[in-house]
Amino acid sequence: MRAIEMRRLIDPLPIYTMWLREMKRFLRVKARVVGSLLMPLFFLAFLGLPMSFMPAREIPGLGGTGYLDFLAPGIVGMTLLFAGTMSGASVIWDKEFGFLKEVLVAPVNRFSVILGRSLGGMTTAIIQALVIVGIAVAMGVTLSSVPGFLLAILVMVLTCATFTGFGLIIATRLGNLEGFMAIMNLIVFPIFFLSGALFPIQSMPPWLRYIMYIDPLTYGVDGLRGTLIGVSAFPLWLDFTVLIILSLALATLGSYFFSRMEAD
Amino acid sequence: MNNIIETENLTKEFDGLVAVNHVTLNLREGEIFGFLGPNGAGKTTAVKMLCTILNPTSGAARVCGYDIMGQKDDVRECIGIVFQDRAIDTFLTGRENLDFHARMYHLDRKTRQERVTEVLDLMDLKGKENMRISECSGGTQRRFEVARGFLNHPKVLFLDEPTLGLDVQARRNLWDYIKMLNEKEGITIILTTHYMEEADYLCHRVAIIDQGCIVAMDTSEKLKLAVGLNLISLQIARDSTISPVDSLKQLRWIKKIEARDSSVELSIDGGEERIPELIDFADNRGLVISSIKLYKPSLEDTFLHYTGKTIREEEGSLKELWKAWMRRSGGKR
Repeated sequence: MRAIEMRRLIDPLPIYTMWLREMKRFLRVKARVVGSLLMPLFFLAFLGLPMSFMPAREIPGLGGTGYLDFLAPGIVGMTLLFAGTMSGASVIWDKEFGFLKEVLVAPVNRFSVILGRSLGGMTTAIIQALVIVGIAVAMGVTLSSVPGFLLAILVMVLTCATFTGFGLIIATRLGNLEGFMAIMNLIVFPIFFLSGALFPIQSMPPWLRYIMYIDPLTYGVDGLRGTLIGVSAFPLWLDFTVLIILSLALATLGSYFFSRMEAD
Repeated sequence: MNNIIETENLTKEFDGLVAVNHVTLNLREGEIFGFLGPNGAGKTTAVKMLCTILNPTSGAARVCGYDIMGQKDDVRECIGIVFQDRAIDTFLTGRENLDFHARMYHLDRKTRQERVTEVLDLMDLKGKENMRISECSGGTQRRFEVARGFLNHPKVLFLDEPTLGLDVQARRNLWDYIKMLNEKEGITIILTTHYMEEADYLCHRVAIIDQGCIVAMDTSEKLKLAVGLNLISLQIARDSTISPVDSLKQLRWIKKIEARDSSVELSIDGGEERIPELIDFADNRGLVISSIKLYKPSLEDTFLHYTGKTIREEEGSLKELWKAWMRRSGGKR
């Protein structure tokens, strides 16, 4: 084991190769590209739009914005949550279909393998998130500023890294495909609903608010809202601090589990 | 000849179950070596340890002179492997898969292009390299995997049940490619199989492995001899004047003689080389042989002899069926 770890931890060519593979796989299946955008689109069109017809003051805590403006960053967060988790967890597919072995027997440090793979997954997730931002803007959402938008991309990277690491941890701990979807839905949907993506956290009773405080996506959504729309429940520095700590911790733990994963 | 793989008491246990039990082997450079055994005998586990995917519980092994525990990356650089289960990305084309592999082995652009062209040529895959793997036949997919295994010019190529699930023609076809790689490129090939005829056709030496132990290891010819003697069936022409049985008794390499009507069955010590001897002998004594036939025990008999059971086909568990179904539907992720 020592010999491998001594070897280049960051190995550029294999990292690029793993990244490229993720991109090719993503772009090759058109149905998946469209499919991954449909759910966020439905949320915006069939939840955001109708709700925005209600007078804003009837939903307290929106911070003076319309519901669609409030919802859009939440749906961007949802896209990152789903795409990021799937990207991490899809290691299990590689394992189930044998491709993982081909990668693990190559003379490449496993950290480089998982780094390249995760970067590929994150790139596709962020592309999806940006498309959703575009759709939201087309629906009438106004973005606060250009620097805000650039900061939002940073929030996207951090949020995505957090959930890629989270997906990796689930996949490597679970180890097989059975019950995988059930567990994913059991964990991912509560994370989404309790993140404040759909309703303002400030208007909730304390017991619910405390549950929402431990949801990692809460800070991702709030950060996105702060940067994209200019309205947030927490100060931006808090969102960033939490996200940086979480993304580093989960991604490190995820790659650690991956490096110890047996090929079958 | 040099030893390219040496193992010493290589052992792997899974939760108390011994999958590979104190295996000590020396494999020579340039040979095709086969692990023959039923499913669950420990063949794949042994190969996985040699490929550095699994860590042994105890014992040691060196591949190409490198320790499989301490020098994993060095071992990985000098081996190629074709796994039992398909391990190729079905969303990508054959060329993309080869290219992917070449990059993972740090080959530069120029070498990459040369090697990819070379292996496509070698395995007759020209014209198929831009097809998606999911659109290729099982035999072609397998050939891409063998081509990929050879891409980094390994010294040793491991083939884990290379022809499992292929039809007879594709199997024959792949055997010839494997033989060609060994003869033309001088590459050492280690394969596992539970097909007798595969081991018999391909391997210079065979190890019969059962319940994690090597129960016999030799050339398949010698393994078969160990089970029983070869049989020669002779038809003697009617007009022979002397009794064949009495005169044949003079030949010391004939161990047993049984006469039936016009035919005589001989248990012999040796193989084909006895036939001319027999004809010479008969000619000199005025015996007229009208036909002669040599029977050899099969490797199947050998296997039965050493393990007390025949090799069974794997029964498909539900999980296997599900996997097979997912594969057919294109390996969605």
